[in-house]
Amino acid sequence: MNKLKSFLRSFSLCLIVVAGIVAWTALPWPVLLALAVLFALWMLLARSGRQAGSVTRVGVSTLPQRLGASSVVVIGIAGVVAVLVSMLAMGAGYQQTLGRSGSADTAIVLRGGSASEVSSVLDNASTTVIAQAPGIARDAAGKPIASPELVVAANLPLNDGSGDEGSVQMRGVGEQAWTLRPEVKIVSGRKFKPGLRELVVGKGAQRQFAGLAPGREIKLGSQVWTVAGVFESGNAMDSELWGDSNVVADTYRRGSSRTSVFVRLTSPAAYDAFKAALAADPRLQVDTSTTLDYFRKQSEGVTKAITIIGIVVGVIMAIGAVFGALNTMFATVATRAREIATLRAIGFRGLPVVVAVMLETMLLALLGGLVGGALAWLVFNGYSASTLAQGTVGTLSFKLAVTPALLWTGLKWALAIGFIGGLFPAVRAARLPVTTALREL
Amino acid sequence: MKYLHLIWAALFRRKTRTILTLVSIVAAFLLFGMLDGVRTSFANAGKSAVGAERLQTGSKLSFIQPLPSALEAKIATVPGVKAVAFANWFGGAYQDPRNQIFTFAVSPNYVDMYPEIVIAPEERKAFDATRTGVLVGDVLAKKYHWKVGDKIPLMSNIFPNRDGSKTWTFDIAGIMHAKDPDHGEFLQGGILMHWKYFDESNPYNQGAVGWYVSRVADPAQADRVVQAIDALSANSDHETKTQTEQAAMASWIKQMANVGLIVFSIMGAVFFTLLFLTGNTMAQAVRERTSELAVMKTIGFSSTSVLLIVLAESVLLVLLGGVLGLGLAAVLGPVVSAGSGGVINMPPVHAGSWLLGVGLMLAIGLLVGVLPALRAMRLNIVDALAGR
Repeated sequence: MNKLKSFLRSFSLCLIVVAGIVAWTALPWPVLLALAVLFALWMLLARSGRQAGSVTRVGVSTLPQRLGASSVVVIGIAGVVAVLVSMLAMGAGYQQTLGRSGSADTAIVLRGGSASEVSSVLDNASTTVIAQAPGIARDAAGKPIASPELVVAANLPLNDGSGDEGSVQMRGVGEQAWTLRPEVKIVSGRKFKPGLRELVVGKGAQRQFAGLAPGREIKLGSQVWTVAGVFESGNAMDSELWGDSNVVADTYRRGSSRTSVFVRLTSPAAYDAFKAALAADPRLQVDTSTTLDYFRKQSEGVTKAITIIGIVVGVIMAIGAVFGALNTMFATVATRAREIATLRAIGFRGLPVVVAVMLETMLLALLGGLVGGALAWLVFNGYSASTLAQGTVGTLSFKLAVTPALLWTGLKWALAIGFIGGLFPAVRAARLPVTTALREL
Repeated sequence: MKYLHLIWAALFRRKTRTILTLVSIVAAFLLFGMLDGVRTSFANAGKSAVGAERLQTGSKLSFIQPLPSALEAKIATVPGVKAVAFANWFGGAYQDPRNQIFTFAVSPNYVDMYPEIVIAPEERKAFDATRTGVLVGDVLAKKYHWKVGDKIPLMSNIFPNRDGSKTWTFDIAGIMHAKDPDHGEFLQGGILMHWKYFDESNPYNQGAVGWYVSRVADPAQADRVVQAIDALSANSDHETKTQTEQAAMASWIKQMANVGLIVFSIMGAVFFTLLFLTGNTMAQAVRERTSELAVMKTIGFSSTSVLLIVLAESVLLVLLGGVLGLGLAAVLGPVVSAGSGGVINMPPVHAGSWLLGVGLMLAIGLLVGVLPALRAMRLNIVDALAGR
């Protein structure tokens, strides 16, 4: 009978843990805030709440005596949060870089069924027709702001001194490309001259590959090109080389065909009409999307993969940290057994004791979460990374982004670990038989 | 060894604490086993014996630029080249354009270049005889429940069919298996189709070849052969770049991600945390047993043996947890791979990982045990017994 009772008790405790974690992850922050306020009110106003408060104060004031053991909780949780936040920051940085590449008032047109720019082919007739579609904004001279572009790949030596070659995405652009993308700014040197074998290189590409300084010459295949300048755009274009589309097409023997047409729309609302017009044109068989959608889709797969890896690693580490916290808190409860028993003997009820131990653990967990988040932010915020991006043919360089949302996620994880790690020892503390605990040495 | 039962008893003196610590160690080494598997499989990609004797020749300009098919005969005449095959990127996808599948259009002898792939002889014969036949990797076939004789529609996100549609229909002629089932092969997740059919059925290709794969008779001669192949097209409008498969893989992975650095950083954080955790457990364990240790010393255990006993205890603790964790990683890997139907391919835990893991366990165990052990060694019997 006793066994059944203790089994039921542990079982219901496990249920509480599961319910707590589910609520914790699922509830939006306003609800959590409201709960926290309610809890604070209880602590301040109710009698048992005030009792819990004073027990917690005693516990916290003795923390310095248990510095070694308590730091295990803090460091363990800091480790989990640091790794989790850094991994997620990688995904977030990647997504941000690609996300900034698109906007709702520019659109990209590809041949129907093409997954990405590089696998699309549009002949000269199509690109001309597309540029005449309704909804395209016009520049001061009255010309439509539409840029037929040719995306290819080029092999260049990497900048790490190994002599290995990497792949970089190269974009042949027309004159309208600059009007279309006002965010692209030349930061050193000058623009390439149309008709010449000249290039401008993105800042990311410059970091990634050797010899991309203004005035230098680079070899693409058997041809020599001159780097005219460096541009910065703060998005995926930063990892590209730009040249005159006719010259690029000539080098890659593409004739007058292009891979994609970028257009600036008169307004985001003009998109539907633009898309419908292209779809209705019997001369064309194309896919149209806003660049916002296009780049978001490109980042989906990689971001998801990084997030999953981050969470799997985080969960395994969190399991380790939970047991570390359990260990520490059980030891804490054991060393304070007499003190707790005394409190119970003079009339304190179980609940304040449970709340006090929980609060102490959560406090340590919060500290760990803050340390871990700060560590991730200090070391990895803005850290440059690169990868072969989905849908492009070159390395995409991006910066890890430790966003406030990610730090919040890290804190949530930390508190969840503290919750699990504190609950069982807290219940043990509250259930300690007063008489034996008092007699214990 | 004769003290083993003593160490064991000391270790499980406080069952809860030891078990809680063990679970943390298991978690750390489970992670280590999985991540190190990933790291080594990246580091070893293409490093097989056949990988060293296969050369890949692509356009020097970029990997998307095609080469003329006339190069095949020229490469075949280079001394030291045993056989030449070629392939094209098809860009296949199944059902949804985002379900991309590695699909290559290949010359008839392409699959012979990969002796690590086995195909039933009658299936191979059927593939050679069927114009629209394809060879499908077994992992892929399992994922989509395909079998020999099925007709499958594949989309190409690059090449339209002759009739202008993006859908190509193929007959599955055979299934490709890995010769060594423990060592997953890239082609197990891919599809091979006939280059001839591909070239004749799409208006864009016009006899172009994506890349050549050649096998050299002697891997030691690979460098010379590489230069000879690239010399064939030097100063032409289609210069080539030839690499051993090993080098090509390595540069590809390097561009993908610095896997080594990521794994190293994560494991660094994990083991740093673990040091604290186990260190704390051991310190507690020794502190609690002060009087016991004093008794042991009183009845004649030397200071050195007390030191060694405590050290052995901490090493045993980490070893127990570590071996359990690595074992779990070894069991879990194949289960995850099988359960995901080939979506996730967890590499098995290699002998190298075990060796590194055990080394780490010993190091961590010693590091963690050294302070408490020294404390135990320096115990003054009188003070300890008096509880001072």
